[in-house]
This record gives sequence, structure tokens and C-alpha cells, in this order.
Amino acid sequence: MGVLNFILIVAASLFFTGIVIRTKSIFSGRHGPGIFQPMKDIWKLFRKGAVYSDTTSYIFQVAPSIYFASVLIAIAIIPFGSQPGLISFRGDFVFFAYILAVGKFFSIISALDTGSSFEGMGASREALYSLLAEPAFFILMGSFALLTGNTSFQEIFGSLHFGSYISYAVGVLAAFVITLIALIENSRMPIDDPKTHLELTMVHEVMILDNSGFDLGLILQASNLKFAMYGALISNFFLTPGSELYFSIPIFIAVQILFAIVIGFIESFMARFRMNHNPQYIFTLTSVSLLIFLGVLLMLGKIV
Amino acid sequence: MSLSIGILLIVLIFSFLIVMTKERRKGDFALIAVLINSGLSTWIAIQVLQGMPFEERFYSGSVFGEIAIRADALSAWFILLMNFTMITGILYGRQYLKAYENRPAEISMHYTSYVVNHFAMIGIFCVQNMLAFLCIWEIMALSSFLMIIFEREKMEVLRSGINYLIQAHISIMFLTLGVIWVNSHTGSFDFRVITDYTSRVHPALSLVLFIFFFIGFAIKAGFFPFHTWLPYAHPAAPAHVSGVMSGVIIKLGIFGILKILLLIRVNYVVMGYIILIISVISGVYGVMLAIIQHNVKKLLAYHSIENIGIIGMGIGLGCLGLGLDNPYLSFAGFAGALLHTLNHSLFKSLLFYVAGTVYQATHTLDIEKLGGLIKKMPRTAGLFLMAALAICGLPPLNGFISEFLIYSGLFNGIVANPLSSTIVLVSALFSLVIIGGMALLCFTKAFGIIFLGKERHPYPAISEAGFPSLLPKYMAASLILTIGLLPQLFIRLLTPVVMLFTSGKALIAIPAGSLLATIRTIGLSAIAFIIICAVVYIIKRKVTATKKIAVSATWSCGYPAVGPHLQYTANSFVRSFRKLVRPLLMMNKSEGVIEEVFPGSSHSETHPYDRFEAMFIDKPLKFVKRFIGKFEFLQNGSEQFYILYGVAFIIIVITIPILINVVVYLMNLFKQV
Repeated sequence: MGVLNFILIVAASLFFTGIVIRTKSIFSGRHGPGIFQPMKDIWKLFRKGAVYSDTTSYIFQVAPSIYFASVLIAIAIIPFGSQPGLISFRGDFVFFAYILAVGKFFSIISALDTGSSFEGMGASREALYSLLAEPAFFILMGSFALLTGNTSFQEIFGSLHFGSYISYAVGVLAAFVITLIALIENSRMPIDDPKTHLELTMVHEVMILDNSGFDLGLILQASNLKFAMYGALISNFFLTPGSELYFSIPIFIAVQILFAIVIGFIESFMARFRMNHNPQYIFTLTSVSLLIFLGVLLMLGKIV
Repeated sequence: MSLSIGILLIVLIFSFLIVMTKERRKGDFALIAVLINSGLSTWIAIQVLQGMPFEERFYSGSVFGEIAIRADALSAWFILLMNFTMITGILYGRQYLKAYENRPAEISMHYTSYVVNHFAMIGIFCVQNMLAFLCIWEIMALSSFLMIIFEREKMEVLRSGINYLIQAHISIMFLTLGVIWVNSHTGSFDFRVITDYTSRVHPALSLVLFIFFFIGFAIKAGFFPFHTWLPYAHPAAPAHVSGVMSGVIIKLGIFGILKILLLIRVNYVVMGYIILIISVISGVYGVMLAIIQHNVKKLLAYHSIENIGIIGMGIGLGCLGLGLDNPYLSFAGFAGALLHTLNHSLFKSLLFYVAGTVYQATHTLDIEKLGGLIKKMPRTAGLFLMAALAICGLPPLNGFISEFLIYSGLFNGIVANPLSSTIVLVSALFSLVIIGGMALLCFTKAFGIIFLGKERHPYPAISEAGFPSLLPKYMAASLILTIGLLPQLFIRLLTPVVMLFTSGKALIAIPAGSLLATIRTIGLSAIAFIIICAVVYIIKRKVTATKKIAVSATWSCGYPAVGPHLQYTANSFVRSFRKLVRPLLMMNKSEGVIEEVFPGSSHSETHPYDRFEAMFIDKPLKFVKRFIGKFEFLQNGSEQFYILYGVAFIIIVITIPILINVVVYLMNLFKQV
């Protein structure tokens, strides 16, 4: 049954970016491209040849494949309500965070491989922002582990239930933290503007400037998959354990669509932050996680 | 004939042979000696791990008492990991030292001290008599000092070596204080009397005794306040010695701490907190300083401090588990610490060997002058990449397994322990995450700037290292991969060692079983990850086989890279991070002054320095120098004064007892009046 989660997340990734772009277009008064336009672009890329830089080495050839594979493995860990993922064990969210870090490592060194100052800049920023965003995720999962007494994704989400007011507040804050982590990891607003190709604003976009063809298709699809993955994490909050599949799947799809619309909304109405202030902004996510931790301690009655 | 005497004899015979043979053959004799000794000690270790004890006794007179040589599971684990790294060390060292010719005396000294050091380490792991332990510890310190100062014509090397020697002796001083304390109260030199003594004495006194031993071993291991010798000693030593030091010799400190934990009866919770807090600070401080270094070996040395911090965190968590009666936490903590000891020795030695190869090819250790080496040395670069992935704790390699065990312990501790420890545990969790992220930042910088891109300075002609140089690196790399993919074998191997610590407490079969199942799943997921990577890559090659692949210059959005000097440098890569943590760092900048309206060329240099060292070592040293400088008039260089001092000393030594006798006689005389 773990395959179901995998298929659902892959299916959600097909339309996720399309909905984000469509939302942004509608908010700016245009009609916008079709929902499956990004997938058509990726399909076109898969059928193209490539141009490689002569400064690069074998790292540049293998890095996109490793990045894509790391996202695939990460998806296999996400549960679906009370169904465990393909990979599930106690402490698996540590494995989840670190396997995503493998992908990041390889994308950073593949950017440094090109010998361009532009891409080195993106690599440096990406390394710093992922360093600052990690603690927020771990403290969040630590709080939930403390709340439910379990330490694997599936057990945590399986035994999470919302009763008191504090638990609703904690749930909302947790969804907020995961949304912002998704935005930071994919380098969207307000950290970075994916549409402008200016030195001021680029983090992830600039690292992939020299990738082309199949590699670029892999990287773009991996980015879509990561979005769908975080959407699946958030939807787990809303899937009550033990409900039937014909309830859970529509809720899942609805949450993904809502998540995509919210991201489009944020991107349309927020300006990007000054690049100098990004580290502080990302680090404040950790303080929100600490708030969640405090909330959990309150819920458990450990501090009155 | 007993095995210990046999090992000692081998050391003596082969040292003699090394001194006597031609320069080209010395390395071979050292290799054979190390192999024989490793074989013997590994045989002992495997027997012990399978449950058969090894014990020998020597009676050596009234001073030492009886010297017992006993190997328990802890010694066995450390002997195994030490032997592996010593073997790869001598294999690589023979290749490395081939570049130095016509120095037969120095090479003999070097190889002899290597063999003696190996012997001393085996002794440290097995000797159970405290005074003999201290003697062997001293032998180890001296032989490692001799190994470090191989290039003694350089002032830097000599100064770093002497720094190391002094700090090693401060460590011995603390250990001696502890030993004398215990001996004066119990009269015996065997280690087991520590247990009796601390059981009957007030807990505060036991804690102070523990602190003495801990400081002694912490200086050796390189924990935070005592780490200042590491970043000097490791770059000064030749590459294979740095690898062996970082991989094995500093683990002697960890061994000592673990041994003392087994013996001392103190409140485990307090000890756990102390070790945990010091380790967390070491880990974070070590990696923060590592990020801003631009000397490769100094960077790796600071990373050793960070990894010792991670090992210490495991030990601290294990102690907390023992104190709070949490079997899962104690198992996970100690298992994580012991496995990380093995893992660190593997990937750190591999990193140092590759750094040595890079240095011998390009004759510079400065990262800012390197670049583009992957085209000329692809296999060496691949090995460095593997070790970099391992040290960041990334799956599918071995670093992840030990860090996972420590995370596992942390989360279990947060869930199952009372509130008082939760705050400390959450801070420890936060620090471990930050350490992992910073390690990733540092090693992407190190690997990217050294090997990727274009060369930043012209090189002499470089070629890939030969097979004899690559062999020890392949050995370490294959073990790194094996531990990452089949971790359950190694966890099973170290279960008897962890049982030593938890045997006094509740049954640990249950946490061991569930932990083993989890670790097996991780190994399988790691294998799955590698398979999926390969599958995706093969699909890519198949699909693009018929498409047009072109090669061209770097596009970079239309900003062509006109020269290698436009690439990102290491300094720029870490600049944002450095600005964030500026209050904690100390950067010494020197700049040429720009004066006229149209200035000529100028320069600017930044050297990262350790603020802690500046505050706590340099300032007191300056004060001591000033104080002693006031007595400089005594050393004025004229022989007449020195003869005067000698004569004065003789007169004082003769006349003072006579004077005392006269005064006593007079006092008696007055008493009778």
C-alpha cells in the first residue's frame, strides 16, 4: 500500500507548478498558460540533446540523476494518513532530511563545477540557507515526537489528533513552518524570485544555468516533486486516521490544490526580501518551531 | 612466551632492522612490523569479542606492583579500529616519504617511532596497572611527537611539535594527579581500585577525581577548551601522520574517558550533562572555525574537533541514559559514539591522505590556489568526494549511521525522559543539526574549490597518483561503503562493547533488537538509493544516446567566465556565513595602504585565528613572559656571573645545614639556661 502514496505524490507533482503559475497569472489579470504547461515543457526537454561546458567533469554528468533519485527516495518515506510509506522505520524523518541533503550536496558541487562566479554565488547561498532551515524541521518533528510518543512519520501522523485549542494552534503553526520550509527549499518568494535572472535574486535558478536537455528536465521535475512532497506532508495533518480511501484521496488532492493556490497567492502579493536579510528570516523559522515545542509542552501539561 | 613480550620483542627487533638497512628498505621493515603486530593484536581482540578473555600478569617489583594486561571488549574494539588505520597509514606513508630523499637518519627515526607508537597504543588499550599505563602513555606521546616533527628544518613544524609536546604533558600531569590521588588512598596501582575508592567516598570527591581524569583525556582528544594544539599539530605533520593522529591517536582520549566511565561510581546524570555540554560546544565551535580556514589540513584538523564533539555527545547521551534508567538511550548513545569513533578514523584518515597527495602534486596546501584538479586526478577526487559525503553524515555512507544512532537516542530521550533533561536534549538536537549543516557548507567548499572549476594558479605537471598510493585510500573507502550499506554487521560487532556499560542496569536485549531492525532498514534504503541513482543515470544515457551532445564554454546566463580568477573563491563561498558569526570569530587582516590618486598594486591578507586561543592561551602566556622577563638580568651572558652563581650555590648548599645545626645547638643551649 505504500505504493499508493508514491503514485499520489507523483500525480500531484504533474499539476502543482501549473496551478501556481495559473494562480499568479489570474491575480495579475492575465489568463495564463494551461495547468499542464510545465509538464509539456519538461517532456520537450527530455527529448532534446544537451550542451555541456568543457570546464565540467563527471560530477556535472551524474549530479542531476543523484538529485532526482534523492527526491524519489524522500517521497517513498512520506506516509498517507495511517498508511506507512514504502520506507518506514523509527527515526525515518532524520533519513528524510539527510537524503534531501545528499541531493543538495550534489547540486551545489555541480554548480561549482562549471567554474562560473554566478553559479558559485548560487551554490554559496543555497548551502547557507539550507543550513539555516534545517533546525526548524528537526525541532518541529521533535515536538511532534514528544507529543505523540512515536518517532516515525507514519506513527506520528497516525496518532495525531486535534482536541484542545492549543493543538489547533500547534497544527496551524506546523503547517506554516512546513509551507515556509517548502518555499525556502525550492527557492521561491520571498527568499528568491524564480522569474528574474538577476544576480540579486537567484539562489536555485542560478545553480542550474548550465544544465540542459534531459538533465534540466530531471531537475525541474525534481523541483515539482519536492513541492508535491511538502504538500503531502501538510495534507497528512488533515487526513484523520482510519478513514476510507474515497475520503482520503479527494482530501489529499484538495489540500495539494489549496497549497498550490496559497503559494501562488504569496508569490503574487509579497515582494522578495533583501538578500542580506534572508538568513535572519530563515533562522526565525527555528523560533517558530520552538514556539511549537513550547505549545507541545503546554499540551502535555509539563509546564503549566 | 607470553604474547605481550612477543609484541615487544618484535618492536625491538624491527626497530633495530629499520635503523640498520638502506634507506629504500626501511619502509618495508616498518610495514612488516606493523602487520605482524596488528595481526597478533587483532587475534587477541577477536578472541575477546567472542567471549574468551585474555589476561597476562607480570610481577615487577615494589614500585609497580603487579602489572596485569587484560583486554576487555572495549579494548578489543579500539584495537581493531586502530590496527586498520595504522595499516593504511604505513601503506600510504611509505609512498609519501618516497618523495623525501637522502635523509636516512630522519626516516629511520620516523619509521621507528611509528612502530613504537603502534606498540604503545596496543599497550594503552590493555594495561591495567595505572603507573605502567602512565609510562606507556608517555612513550606514546614522545613517539607521536617524533613522528610529527619529520620536516624539522621548518620552524613552523618544530614550533607546532613543541606546542603538542607541552600540551601532551599537561594532559599527563592531570592523569598523574588522579593516579596519585587514588594510589595514596588505596595503596594499589590497579585500575579496579578506582571503583572501590569512589564507591566509599563522598560523591563530590569522586566527581572531582572524574574531572581530573576527564581533563587529562580531553586534552588528548581535543575537546573544546583544550583543543588548541590540534590545528597546529595536524598541518605540521606529514600527511600519513596527520591521518593516523586524527584517526587513532586522539581516540586514545576517547578510550580513556570511556574506561574511566566504566570504573568510576559517580552520579551518571551529572557526568552525562558535563560531557554533553562540553561536546556540544566542541562540535559547534570546531566546525564554525573549520569553515573559515583556507589551509586544507587546518580545516580538516578543526573538523576533527567537531567529530570528537559528536562522539562526546554520544557518550554524554549514553551516560544520561544510564543515569535516568533509559536502556534505549544508553544503548543508542554508546553505540553511536563507538561507531562514530570507527567511522571518523576511516573518513578522516582518507581525507588526510588525499590532502597529502594533493600537496605532493601541487606543493601548496592553500585552497585558494587550487582548483580544477578533478580533470588531472579523477580517482583521487572521487575518493575525496566519498570521504566528504561520509563526514557530512550523508546516506548511503557510514557517517549517517552513527549520527542516526545519536539522533535516535536524542529523540527517544526527548520523548521518554522527564522535563529537566528535555531542554538540554533539545539544545543538543539543535546543535547536532547545525553541525551537520555547517559540515555540508564546509565540505562543498573544500571539494568544490580544490577539485572543481579551473585552476586558480599555474601548476607544475600533475598526474594521477599511482596504485600504491591509491591502495590504502581504496581500503578505507571500501570499509566506509560497507559500513554504510551493511551497518547491522557492525552494530552486532559492537553490542558486547556497549553491554559493558549497561550490564549493571536493566536488560538491553529489547532496544538492541529494535535498533538492529531499524539499522537494517537503513542499510536496505541506502542500497535502494544507490540502485535508483544508477537506474536514473542509465535511463538518461539510453535516452540521450541518439541526441546531439555538444561541448562548449560555460554559458552562465551569458556572462562568460573570462578567466579562472573570476571563479568563486573559498573566502567568497563562506562570506555570508562568516558575516553571520562574526562576533565569535577573529580574523586578522593586513592591508596595504592605498595612498595616491592613481594607486599601484596593493594587497590584502586575512588570516583566520581562534578567538578562544587568543584569550585563554596567548594572553596568559604574554603575562607569564612579562613576569619572567623581569628576571632576565640573571641571564646576562657573561661567564663571570655564571661562575659566581655556581660558587654561590655550592656555598649555600654547604653552609645552610651547618647554620641550621648551629642555630639548633644555640636553642638547646638557651633552653638549658
